[in-house]
Amino acid sequence: MPLFGPEATFFAVLAPFAAAIVAPALTRAMGHNAAWPLALVPAAVFVFFAGLVPQVAGGESFTPGIAWAPAYGVSFSFFIDGLSTMFALLISGIGTFIILYAGGYLKGHAHQGRFFSFLFLFMGAMLGLVLGNDLLTLFVFWELTSITSFLLIGFDHLRAASRRAAIQALVITGGGGLSLLAGFLVIMSVTGEASMSQVLAGGDVLREHALYPLILLLVLGGAFTKSAQFPFHFWLPNAMEAPTPVSAFLHSATMVKAGVYLLMRMHPVLGDTALWTTILPVFGGATLIVGTLLAVRQTDLKLMLAYTTVASLGLLVMLTGTSWEKAIEGAALYLLAHSLFKGALFMVAGTIDHEAGTRDVTRLGGLRGAMPVTFVAACLAALSMSGLPPFVGFIAKEYLYAGIWGDGGIYYALTATAVIGNALMLVIAAAVALKPFLGAKVETPKHAHEGPLLLFAGPVALSLTGLATALLAHSTGVYLIQPVITSITGVQSTVDVHLVPGYVGAPLILSGLTVLLGIVLYLKLDALRAAMAGTLAAIGWGPDKGFDQAIAGLVRFSAAVTHRLQSGRMDIYMTLTFLVAAIALLAPPLLTGSWPAALEMPDFRFYEWGVLAIAAVGLIAVLTARTRLTAIVSLGIQGFAVALIFMLFGAPDLSFTQFMVETLSVVILALVMTRLNLQPRDHRPMGYRVVHGLIATALGVGFATLLIRVTQLTFDRSLSDFFEAYSRTIAHGRNIVNVILVDFRGFDTFGEIAVVMITGLCVLALIRVRPKRAAEGALDKASGDEALSKREEVQV
Amino acid sequence: MEAALSILIGLFFAVATYLLMSRQLVRILLGIAILGNSVNLLIFTSGRLMREVPPVIPEAFQVPPGPIANPLPQALILTAIVISFSFFAFLLVLAFRAYQELGTDDTNEMRVAEPTGEASPPQGY
Amino acid sequence: MRTIIFRTIAPYLAALMVLFSIFVLLRGHNEPGGGFIGGLIAASAFAIYGIACGVAAVRRAITLHPMTISAWGLFIAGLSGLPSLFLAQPFMTSQWWYVHAFGVEIPLSTPLFFDIGVYLVVVGSISSIALALEERESD
Repeated sequence: MPLFGPEATFFAVLAPFAAAIVAPALTRAMGHNAAWPLALVPAAVFVFFAGLVPQVAGGESFTPGIAWAPAYGVSFSFFIDGLSTMFALLISGIGTFIILYAGGYLKGHAHQGRFFSFLFLFMGAMLGLVLGNDLLTLFVFWELTSITSFLLIGFDHLRAASRRAAIQALVITGGGGLSLLAGFLVIMSVTGEASMSQVLAGGDVLREHALYPLILLLVLGGAFTKSAQFPFHFWLPNAMEAPTPVSAFLHSATMVKAGVYLLMRMHPVLGDTALWTTILPVFGGATLIVGTLLAVRQTDLKLMLAYTTVASLGLLVMLTGTSWEKAIEGAALYLLAHSLFKGALFMVAGTIDHEAGTRDVTRLGGLRGAMPVTFVAACLAALSMSGLPPFVGFIAKEYLYAGIWGDGGIYYALTATAVIGNALMLVIAAAVALKPFLGAKVETPKHAHEGPLLLFAGPVALSLTGLATALLAHSTGVYLIQPVITSITGVQSTVDVHLVPGYVGAPLILSGLTVLLGIVLYLKLDALRAAMAGTLAAIGWGPDKGFDQAIAGLVRFSAAVTHRLQSGRMDIYMTLTFLVAAIALLAPPLLTGSWPAALEMPDFRFYEWGVLAIAAVGLIAVLTARTRLTAIVSLGIQGFAVALIFMLFGAPDLSFTQFMVETLSVVILALVMTRLNLQPRDHRPMGYRVVHGLIATALGVGFATLLIRVTQLTFDRSLSDFFEAYSRTIAHGRNIVNVILVDFRGFDTFGEIAVVMITGLCVLALIRVRPKRAAEGALDKASGDEALSKREEVQV
Repeated sequence: MEAALSILIGLFFAVATYLLMSRQLVRILLGIAILGNSVNLLIFTSGRLMREVPPVIPEAFQVPPGPIANPLPQALILTAIVISFSFFAFLLVLAFRAYQELGTDDTNEMRVAEPTGEASPPQGY
Repeated sequence: MRTIIFRTIAPYLAALMVLFSIFVLLRGHNEPGGGFIGGLIAASAFAIYGIACGVAAVRRAITLHPMTISAWGLFIAGLSGLPSLFLAQPFMTSQWWYVHAFGVEIPLSTPLFFDIGVYLVVVGSISSIALALEERESD
C-alpha cells in the first residue's frame, strides 16, 4: 500500500490506534510532555487529509480498501469525498490541540497515559466512522465511539456521578446504535449493497421502497441519540462529568456530530421526502429552543456550553431537514464554525476551572488581568459563536438565514426558531467569555494565573482558525464548503462564500435583530435564569429523571424475572425442562395429526417377551423400591435386561459392555449408598406426584410415538452399507463395530476416551478434597449416619 | 418388533424422568442411570432391529454374505455406555460429597450457589 | 463379604480376568470384543481384587497409579494417529505391517495400538474410580 494518496487512508486510520498503544509507555517516560510527540500523530493525519483536499475539491471521490470478510461481503473500505474529508480534518486538526491540552490539563494525573490512550482510541474510531464505506464497518466504528466515550466519561470512575453519566451515555448512544444497525440491515436487504458509496449511487431506490419509513425511523434512532436531539438530549450535559479535553473533543466538536454526519451522508438517498422534511425540522427546532433555554438556566460554564452544543446540533438537524440547498450551505458553514468556536470555548472553560478552581460563573470575575491570553481566545471564539463579523460564525449565520428565509408559514416558523436560538446562543457566548473575565475581581478557590502553553495553545489556535477561515472566505468555500455541499445534496454544486454580504437583505436584517435581541436578553440574564429555574422546578420531571426510573425499573423487573425463573430449586428446573421436552415431542403429532400407523402384533418369541417383561418389572421395581438394596437390585435388573435385549438383537459387543457396566454400577452404587443415610422412598406430596407422573407419562408417550413413527419410515442404510462393504476390504477387520470405533471413526473415539479419562480425574479430585464440616451438628449427624450405614452393611 | 420395543423405551423414559423430578439425590441418580439406558435403546431401535446376526463378517467372506444387524448404532452406543457409566460414577461421587459437605440429600436445601432470600441487585450506579 | 474363600480365590480370579481381558482386546478386530470391553473386564478384575484383599494390595499389584495407566493409554492412542503423517496421509489413517515370527504371520496395525490405548484408558479411569470409592469405604 502506498504511503501517500487516498490508498494510504488505511494508515491514517490506523495511526491513532497505534498511538493509543504507545501512549501509556511514553507518558510514563516523559510525563505530561509526552503530549508534544503524541500530538504529532493527529497532526500528521491532518496533513495527510489536507493533501487530499485539492483532489476532493475537484469533485473526485475515492473508495480505497481491502476485503475483510469476503464470505459475508464485508470489506474494510473507505469513502473519501467532501463530507468525510471535512470531518477527518476537523477530527485530526482539533484532535492535535486536544492532545496538547490534555497534556497540560491532566498534568501529574496518575492515569494520564490511560487518558491519552482512550483519546487516541476514540480518534481512530471517529476517523473510521466518518471514512468507513462499508455499512457494517461504519456501524462497528459507530459503536466504538460510543464505547470510548463511555470510557472517557467514566474516566474519573471513583465518583458515582461519573459512573452514572458514563452508563447513561452508553445506554442511549449504544441503544441508538442498535437501531442504526437494524436500519443498515434493512437498507442492505432492500438495495442488495453493503457499501455506502453503492447505496448512495442507488438514487431513489430507498425513497420509493415500501420500507422507507421504517428505514428512516431506524436511521434517525441512531442519529438522534448520538447527536443528542430532544428528547434524547439529556445524556450530553451529564457527559460533562468527563475531564474537559473530552468535553471539548467528543461532546462538542466531533462525536456528537456523528449523527449529523450520518444524516448529511444519507441525505442524497433518504432526504427530501415529506417525512424527512417534517421530522427533522420539528425535532431539530425543538432541540434548538430547549437547548438554549436550558443553557440559560445553568451557572456552570461547561453545562452552559453543553446545552448550547445540544442547541447547535438541533440547528444543524433542522437545516439538514429542510433539504433546501441554501439551508444546507448554512449547515455546512455552521458545522465548521461550531466545531472551532465550541472546541475553543470548552478549552477556555477548562482552563478557567484548572487555574481558578471553579467554573461556576457566579463565583468568577475579573480574571482578564490574570489570564490575558485565555481572555483574548475566549473573546474571539465567543464572537464567532455570537455570529459577529469577521468570524466564520457570522458567515454561517448569514447563509443559514438566507437559506431559511422566505415567504410562507414554514419559513417564518423556521426563521423565528433560528433567531430566538441564535440570540440565546449569543447570551451564553457573552456570559462564558465576559462574565469570568470582566468586572471586579472575585476571590476564587485557587489563585488564578495564566495557564501554560499547553493549555492556551488550543483555544488560541482554534479561535484564530475561526478568524482565518472567514478572512479567506473564498478559499474556504471552494476547498471545504463546496465539496461538503456536493456530498450532502448528491449533485455537483458551486457556492461562493464571502465575508462581506453582497447586499443588504433579509439575512443581514435578521442578524441585526438577533444581536439586538441577544444583548437585551444578556442584560436580563439573571432574571431569565431565575424564570427558567422556576419553570423547571414547576415541571419537576424530565427525561433525565425518567432515565433513572427506567433503569431502576429494568433492574427490578430483571430481578423479578430471574427470581421467578432461577428459583434455585432443582426439581422445578427439571420439571420445566421435561415439560418443554414433552410439549416439543407431542405438539407436532397433535397439531398435524401425523400419528403412527396402526400397530401390528409383534412376532416376538416367548423368551423375547420374557426379556421385555423383566425390563418393565425392573423399572417398576426401581420406582416402588422401599429400601436402598431393593432399589440397587432393581436397577441392576433393568440394566441386565437391556444387556439381554442387545444380545437378542445381534449386538454381542454391546451386550458384554452393558453387562460389565451394570455390574460395576451396582458395585459402586452399593459402595457409596451404604455410606449415605438416604431415603429411597418417595416423599413427594400427592399433588407433586400427580403432576410429575403426568409429565413423565407425556414424555414417555412422546418418545414412544416418535420412535414408532420413525421406525415405520423407510430406513436409509447407506452409511451402514458403506461400513459393511469396506470393513474387511480396506480396514482389514471382520468385527465391523470395532472397525468403526478404532478406524473409521477413530478420531471420535479418541475424544470419547479423553472424556472417560477426564471424568476419572474429576472423581479423583472430588474424593481427595477432604470434607470441611462447618458445624458440629453436621458432624454428629454424619457420624450417626456412618454408624447406621455400618449396621446396614452387616445386613447386606 | 420395533413398535413393542418403542413402547418399552417410552416406559424407560417415563420412569427416568419421574425419578429425575424428585428432590432426593438417590432418586435422581437412579433416574440418570435409567435415562442413559433409555437413550441407548432409543438409538439402537431407530437403527432397526435384526435378530441374532451380529455385525461380524465370517472368516471366508470379504463382505457380509447376508443381512446383518446395523453396526453403526452399535458403535455409537458402545462408547455411550462407557461414557455414561463414567459420568454416572462422577455424579455418584458428586452427590456423595455434596451430602457429606451439606448434610442433606434434599436438593432444595442445597442453596450454596443460589441462596434463598438473596438481596435484590443494587439500583444505584 | 470378605470371606476366606473369596479372599483366597480373588487373586486368581482377578489374574484370569486380566488375562481374558487381553484376549478380548486382541481379538476385538475380528470377533466380538475390543478395547472398551477388555478394559471394563480388567477394571472389574481390579475392583474384585480390591474388595477382597484391600485397595492397598491392588495398588501394590499394578505398581502404577491407575490414572497414570489411563494417561499412557491416551498417549498411545494419540501416537497411533501419527505414522500416517509421515506418509503424507491425514491424521489417523490406518497403517498395516505384517510381521513374521515363529512361523506365524502377525498383523500389526495402528488401529491395534489405538485399541490398546482405549483399553488402557478404560482400565485406568474405571479402576481409579472403583478403587477410590473402595478406599473411602475402608477408611
